[in-house]
Amino acid sequence: MFNGKSKRLVLKIGFHMLSTALVVFWLIPLVLAFFTSVKSMDEIMGAGAMWAVPKFWRFDNYVKVWTSIGMGRYVLNTIIITVPSVLGTLALSSLAAFALAFYGFRLNKMILIMFIAGMLIPFQMLMIPVFRFTDSIGLMNTRIGVILFHIAFQLGFCTFFLRNFFRQIPFSLVEAPRIDGATDFRIYWQIIMPLATPSLAALAVLEFTWIWNDLLWSLVLLQSDRLKPVTLGLANMQGEFISYYNMTASGSIIAMILPLVFFLAFQRYFVSGMTVGAVKG
Amino acid sequence: MSKAMFKKGWWVPWSFLALPLAVYLVWVYIPIIESFGYALTKRDSLLYKTVYIGFDNFERMFKDPQFFVALRNNLVWLLYFVLVPIPLGLLIAMLFNNSFKGNRIYKTLFYLPMTLSFAIIGTIWMWIYNPDAGFLNMILRSAGLSSLAKPWLGDSRFMTGALVAVGVWRQVPYIMILYLAGLQSVPVELVEAALIDGASWWQRFTRVILPVLAPATIVSITISIIDSLRAFDIIYVMTNTKARAAEVLASYMYTSSFQYQDYGYGSAIAVIQFLITLSFIMVYINRTLKAEQESGL
Repeated sequence: MFNGKSKRLVLKIGFHMLSTALVVFWLIPLVLAFFTSVKSMDEIMGAGAMWAVPKFWRFDNYVKVWTSIGMGRYVLNTIIITVPSVLGTLALSSLAAFALAFYGFRLNKMILIMFIAGMLIPFQMLMIPVFRFTDSIGLMNTRIGVILFHIAFQLGFCTFFLRNFFRQIPFSLVEAPRIDGATDFRIYWQIIMPLATPSLAALAVLEFTWIWNDLLWSLVLLQSDRLKPVTLGLANMQGEFISYYNMTASGSIIAMILPLVFFLAFQRYFVSGMTVGAVKG
Repeated sequence: MSKAMFKKGWWVPWSFLALPLAVYLVWVYIPIIESFGYALTKRDSLLYKTVYIGFDNFERMFKDPQFFVALRNNLVWLLYFVLVPIPLGLLIAMLFNNSFKGNRIYKTLFYLPMTLSFAIIGTIWMWIYNPDAGFLNMILRSAGLSSLAKPWLGDSRFMTGALVAVGVWRQVPYIMILYLAGLQSVPVELVEAALIDGASWWQRFTRVILPVLAPATIVSITISIIDSLRAFDIIYVMTNTKARAAEVLASYMYTSSFQYQDYGYGSAIAVIQFLITLSFIMVYINRTLKAEQESGL
């Protein structure tokens, strides 16, 4: 018979074995992509070797994809689109969240519901109207057009997220400076925003990943290849280099590196952000 | 109980709301309303203008076999998105929710697919599904199951299943995160005790843990349904929207609008997609507001 302690040990070993097996199984696709990305085409085409561990690790595939295939420019385009989109959406949503969290007015709840509902709609239905609107204000095929859309659409989630966080701030912290004569904007900028830094960071990490990964809106709003982000570049690469598995694989790895690093560095934020509004608290 | 709020000066909150709300209306709400309008029109190629045609697009839709292919595929997506990630995500959350050292590493690794874009995921899975050299068929053949090796993305019978599997692969970690958050309101000792006392495990699971997780389950199901109804990127990347048998509502509205320039018809499809989603959005909002009232914020 087991006593409590050895039973726990058995359980612990079982846990580690099961968890390792599960994680390895789940990540097989990513490991295969990495293997493929460092092989030569000869090695990939060799009999039965397509999925084996590489014999020679050819990291120059990455250099080739980055320079001659132009992945470098696609990555740069993504950064140019993503960074202002994240900053813009944080700025606007924090204003809206401040109003919804601290002021009682008749339409407060309705506006909150509007922001939440907007983040859940099948956003593909916005394609045609946004395409036409962007065209009519002369921003078709410009980065600004895509950035403005991202800022606007992400307002739904960000406002909801920040408003929930602001509500947890003790009311006395905003009331006291008001009695002392501080303007409402100063309370927002000098009291609330500094207090909200952790949640703003969490939100920034999430939004960075989401906007980085967007495919649809660049597809609809950008036509010229020199503006396209990395997700579209990758989709295009598949057309041109369909049989060059090593090239598309290293392209995929390049496209995932930054979000991955971000996620690993800020994973606690990332996870807490994912659950906001999903489960109480 | 409701939290205290400022009441003075009606213009003050509106001065904070004006800009974000205006942006949101212009890029989100006005387009939704416009979609309803476009759905009642068609582009007349002889007159070079858009003409009002009432509900003709909807009538046409209900006679269009391709619309029903898309609708049925969406239903398949929805079913699998509920039936697989919910139990599997819960099971894995239960596995990872313990006090053993090192479990954070497993969680982190397991989340990884969540951070990747479908452009990347689709690219990778296309090799896995490759009929000749793909990993899946290779495994099946070497296990002596050659008869099960199929041209996954080349045969209309398997296409949707193959695409949904990719979506599920990314959805399971998400649902696991939601359940892990839910499990925080269940003491770890209780979950562990349930594991150790093998005999009463099932009873504790169904009588103690599941009821506590009911809110997390409702949200997980609602979110999964909403996600399944907006599936698009995987289909775009893995079939280039050329495989008609794999089409869903979102991709069919995309091809109608942007490949056939039939904006009116595309909008009509979007309206149907929206109306189907709306009821689930209402469930989500209703639950969120209720949870808020209970927590007194």
